[in-house]
Amino acid sequence: MEKAIIELSNLSKSYGSLKAVDRLNLSIKKGEIFGLLGPNGAGKTTSILMMLGLSEPDQGTAFVCGHNATFDPISVRKKVGYMPDSLGFYDDMTAWQNLLYTGELNGIPRDQLEAICAEVIQTVGLDQEVIHRKTSTFSRGMKQRLGLAEVLIKQPEVIILDEPTLGIDPIGVKDFLNLIVKLNREKDLTVLLSSHHLEQVQQVCDRMGIFIGGQLLAEGDLSTLSKNLTNENPYHVNITLAEQPPTPWKGQEDIQKLTQVRNIKIDGSTIGISSSEDITADLVRLFVNKGYDIIGVQKKEYHLEDIYQSYFKAS
Amino acid sequence: MEKSTNTLSIYTSRHRLCPSPVWVMVRKEISGHIRSWKFIVLLVLILLTYWGSLLVSMSDLRSITSSIKDPESLFIYLKLLTHTNGSLPPFHVFMSFLGPLLGISLGFDAINSEKQNGTLNRILAQPVYRDNLLLSKFVGVWILVGALMLTLTLLMIGTGTILTGIIIEMEELWRILTHALISVFYIGLWLAIAILLSVVFHQPATSALTAIAIWLFFTVFYEVIINLAVKAMIPDNPLQASAQYEIYQLAFNFLRLAPSQLYTDATTTLLMPSVRSLGPVTMDQMAGAIPTNLPFKESLMIVWSEVSGLIAATFVCFALAYYKFMRREIRT
Repeated sequence: MEKAIIELSNLSKSYGSLKAVDRLNLSIKKGEIFGLLGPNGAGKTTSILMMLGLSEPDQGTAFVCGHNATFDPISVRKKVGYMPDSLGFYDDMTAWQNLLYTGELNGIPRDQLEAICAEVIQTVGLDQEVIHRKTSTFSRGMKQRLGLAEVLIKQPEVIILDEPTLGIDPIGVKDFLNLIVKLNREKDLTVLLSSHHLEQVQQVCDRMGIFIGGQLLAEGDLSTLSKNLTNENPYHVNITLAEQPPTPWKGQEDIQKLTQVRNIKIDGSTIGISSSEDITADLVRLFVNKGYDIIGVQKKEYHLEDIYQSYFKAS
Repeated sequence: MEKSTNTLSIYTSRHRLCPSPVWVMVRKEISGHIRSWKFIVLLVLILLTYWGSLLVSMSDLRSITSSIKDPESLFIYLKLLTHTNGSLPPFHVFMSFLGPLLGISLGFDAINSEKQNGTLNRILAQPVYRDNLLLSKFVGVWILVGALMLTLTLLMIGTGTILTGIIIEMEELWRILTHALISVFYIGLWLAIAILLSVVFHQPATSALTAIAIWLFFTVFYEVIINLAVKAMIPDNPLQASAQYEIYQLAFNFLRLAPSQLYTDATTTLLMPSVRSLGPVTMDQMAGAIPTNLPFKESLMIVWSEVSGLIAATFVCFALAYYKFMRREIRT
């Protein structure tokens, strides 16, 4: 088994009586994009701060890149790039100066610094002419890109992005997510991404964890999560007919005879059938043979939304 | 084995080419301050004060020199710094007002503005220790203020030499340089107070106001309160001289808790060699004293407790800020 690059065990932290993070166990493998998904105030940022040694856990340990984040935070921060959710720059400096400053703090030698800065700026797609402007004139999307450039300047092994898509327009979000995927593929970066936007996490993440009220409720890739949720009736087809079928409708018995079918529901001209296997093709053939006019077949897939909602309700 | 030597050589080559994070931060602080309007305004203010008080004493140069009988104890440069004809207070008195203002304005938003701009999280996520940030804030301003005071001192000596043609004496040079050093510590004390407040309070406006309130309290109200207390406690009967003396002594000691008092005492004694005691002196002590100037070392001995008190207060405030900042949750 591959060794985990981020290994959290039993990590807990409370602020007064509030349990921000409650016995979090999580391991992330090298090269993964992991999405930490949860509503606001679920303890995502607190967990991230503990991984960087910026906050001390009450209990448990966080190992990142083989270093204990609490006792050896400098070694961790040398290898981990972190982009906070409330991203800010020194407004009296230009973007370029801000970037050089971060580079210097990371101990990049002077003679290589400018070249590396120019390279990361190109990677994140900032204009050459924009970077010599003061950062106070930057839009949110530009700041986000600059933030990513700054994360990349230390040539990290892991990047942690806290709500990276917050406050950017849909096209900007798409570009940004594509950029993250590209970095993940090309530079073999491990990415930990926290968000409350389901769709975005679903789009890019290899695995995700659902994090609510300080606890990790479920973890895995999309199909694992949906299996957990829907282990009784994993497949569901809605067949819409041109006319409302009579009661009792012909073919009902035939369908009920099929061993895979678990549940049949009729709502007007739509017939919903749940089954243990994917039998959509058989069902359509059967309906056509019986002389029905089918105007729509909809195979229901479980989206993260449903999973998220169901866990959210459960908690 | 081969691998470890390799990393070592990379490390040393990196080490040579790039300064440690603290110095990178200090440099950024200094360049940020120099370009800020805040500093330029203060600089203009201090230069004007300096120029004004120097101009007043320069114009009175003739009367200063003529009133002195002993040319051995002329100390023209010290006179330039301390003499006044009443239209403007001398420079060291001005500094006791402006120093706090300089320290407060350069430090009141040190930490909380970083937090508000969202730069604090980002900088602390770099491979730097948390205390490096605080240290750089302090050291950066200190270097700046030190350079400013040194420049002013040298400017003053230079102007004096050009105008009078008199070469500065070693004795004067020591006194003036010590005065500059004490001024730097005095400003440093207010800087440490301001940085402490910037760690404690989340809004820069709150920390600025609190710092100014502390400053006003010590410059205006503190003395008034002490004087009121002395008036209430002092016995009317002039025969109880020893009791009066005790109370005056106590009042002076309380007054010395104010940083501005420490600074004024220290600078006055250093810049005026004829001052031989701070606080009340009995007739017994006065008897037999020869009214001459004290040597530099003796003047320094008189104010040694003031100077060490000032330095100690600076470090206590800084240590408190340090403690508060290190213990603080990064999110709050």
